[in-house]
Amino acid sequence: MVGEIIIDNAVKKFMSADGDEVVALNGINLDIKPGEFVSLIGPSGCGKSTLLRLIAGLIFPDGGRLTLDGKEIKKPDCERGFMFQNHTLFPWLNIYDNVAFGLRARKIYKEKKHNVDEYIELVGLKGFERSYPHQLSGGMCQRASLARALVGHPKVLLLDEPLGALDAFTRMNIQDEILRIRKEHNMTMIMVTHDVDEAIYLSDRVVVMSARPAKIEKVVSIELAHPRARSNPEFLKYRGEILKLLNYGGKITELEYYL
Amino acid sequence: MNLFKKIIPILSAVLAIAVQILVPRSSLHPQSKPYFTYVLIGILSVYLIFFIASFRSKKLNEKLVYRGYFIGGVILFFNILNLLTAKLALLPILYFPSLDRVFGVMAEEYDVLIKCILYSLRLLGLGIFFGALIGIITGICLGFSKSFSYWISPVIRILGPIPSTAWIPLVLISFPSAVSASAFLVGLAVWFPTTLMTSSGISNIQNSYFEISGTLGAGHLYQVFKVGIPAAMPNMFLGLFNGICSSFITLVTAEMIGAKYGIGWYINWQKEMLSYANVYAGLIIIAVLFSVLITLLFRVRDRFLNWQKGVIKW
Ligand SMILES: Nc1ncnc2c1ncn2[C@@H]1O[C@H](COP(=O)(O)OP(=O)(O)OP(=O)(O)O)[C@@H](O)[C@H]1O
Ligand SMILES: [Mg+2]
Repeated sequence: MVGEIIIDNAVKKFMSADGDEVVALNGINLDIKPGEFVSLIGPSGCGKSTLLRLIAGLIFPDGGRLTLDGKEIKKPDCERGFMFQNHTLFPWLNIYDNVAFGLRARKIYKEKKHNVDEYIELVGLKGFERSYPHQLSGGMCQRASLARALVGHPKVLLLDEPLGALDAFTRMNIQDEILRIRKEHNMTMIMVTHDVDEAIYLSDRVVVMSARPAKIEKVVSIELAHPRARSNPEFLKYRGEILKLLNYGGKITELEYYL
Repeated sequence: MNLFKKIIPILSAVLAIAVQILVPRSSLHPQSKPYFTYVLIGILSVYLIFFIASFRSKKLNEKLVYRGYFIGGVILFFNILNLLTAKLALLPILYFPSLDRVFGVMAEEYDVLIKCILYSLRLLGLGIFFGALIGIITGICLGFSKSFSYWISPVIRILGPIPSTAWIPLVLISFPSAVSASAFLVGLAVWFPTTLMTSSGISNIQNSYFEISGTLGAGHLYQVFKVGIPAAMPNMFLGLFNGICSSFITLVTAEMIGAKYGIGWYINWQKEMLSYANVYAGLIIIAVLFSVLITLLFRVRDRFLNWQKGVIKW
């Protein structure tokens, strides 16, 4: 399984409500290696979600090219799994059927049935198969949608602030789960986040973006071995560097400051 | 307190029976067997059976406690109505016949009425089935196909508000039989709200459901059936509910054309003869039919939409 993404000079424009053109992405170049974990971080409205949706094939570039393993990305596909900030589990299906949805849609449910149970167990939801999403907590729903995105073994997993709505402890737990899954299946992961610590904790590279014009400010490679300690001085150095790039450098001493 | 709530209907029924027996009939109202008393005794006995059973079943107990005031209130309402008509003759006698006579019609003309019920049920069955089926299909097409919506939405906007009476001449010459013509009118009444609610249900679905199903590998058709339809299901039931309401409203009109029997036809006929006791008997039957049908619909809905418990309330 490979999963190399090449973003070549991607441009995306939108029409604003009053008919003006908004340049959401202004010539983005980024190569993501197979099995790499890349985080996108930047101020609100700088085009992180837009870039992720381009990779997913949910929207199309107005210029430039995006490819996965050399093939141009033209439409959403099970090769590229997606996870939204709010869980978007189907409320009319129970957890089991939600997780099995993709396999059934691709008519491979019969052969891959065991994967459903396996992933439900992996995200710690065993025993909740028959529950409906509204009967579970936000964190449990997010786990379930992680399982749903993973069960079809996508080459690439795209995560748009997947843990943004969760409390700090649940978030740290799921972060570890994501790392474990990644190690096991070696899939490429691209995550949008507002949490600098989360980005450093998980990523091989952190892409810092800037708004207006929407472009890549800098790509920071995180050269720390896993598991990473959040209080390690190296970790804090990366933290300072990224916050500075985001123009929050002055507040570096205030450890609790997030974006 | 809960026991008191359960006893209210019994008190109310006993009170009504007492009034019926002790207060003399006004001489202005024609003589009649005391059918209202029979009805009250019937209701009282059925209620007593439930009342006794409720000491064993917790669920039934809750239901009776909840409905206590309501049942008692309804009986009280009929009691007062009985006083105002048969007992004191305070309301115009022609338009407000005594309850004895209204229930008397049901008891004495049951053979005609049963035939009417069966005819009406056949008409409603045909109309609701085809109206709902075609309505749901049209709604789904409208919701998913831009070009279908481009051509068909204006047509629906024109057809929808036309009152069913206005259709009668056109329907009479276009259909081979009176039954099919009437069924068409009923079907049309069901079709319109069902179509509207289904298509609006589909267009209100969060786009992220479609996006996520695309990234899970679902094709277009699979999305229609496994995302669009289940997500729009609550609205479809709302449409069906409205549709059944309008089918009953249309029933009287639909049975104006060449019907031999039918509750609507019966009401029309009796109205012309100024026998209001019969008209009310017909109306009561329609009301009961309607509430039975709606209860059935709600049962089906609860079956299909048990995921909704705690998500949406209506
Ligand atoms: N469908 C759309 N129509 C019009 N404008 C859009 C659309 N989607 C995004 N935009 C615009 O593109 C820009 C980038 O939006 P995007 O959602 O990618 O930002 P973001 O970086 O994800 O922000 P946030 O961190 O708040 O989620 C914004 O200015 C937004 O207004
Ligand atoms: Mg975003």
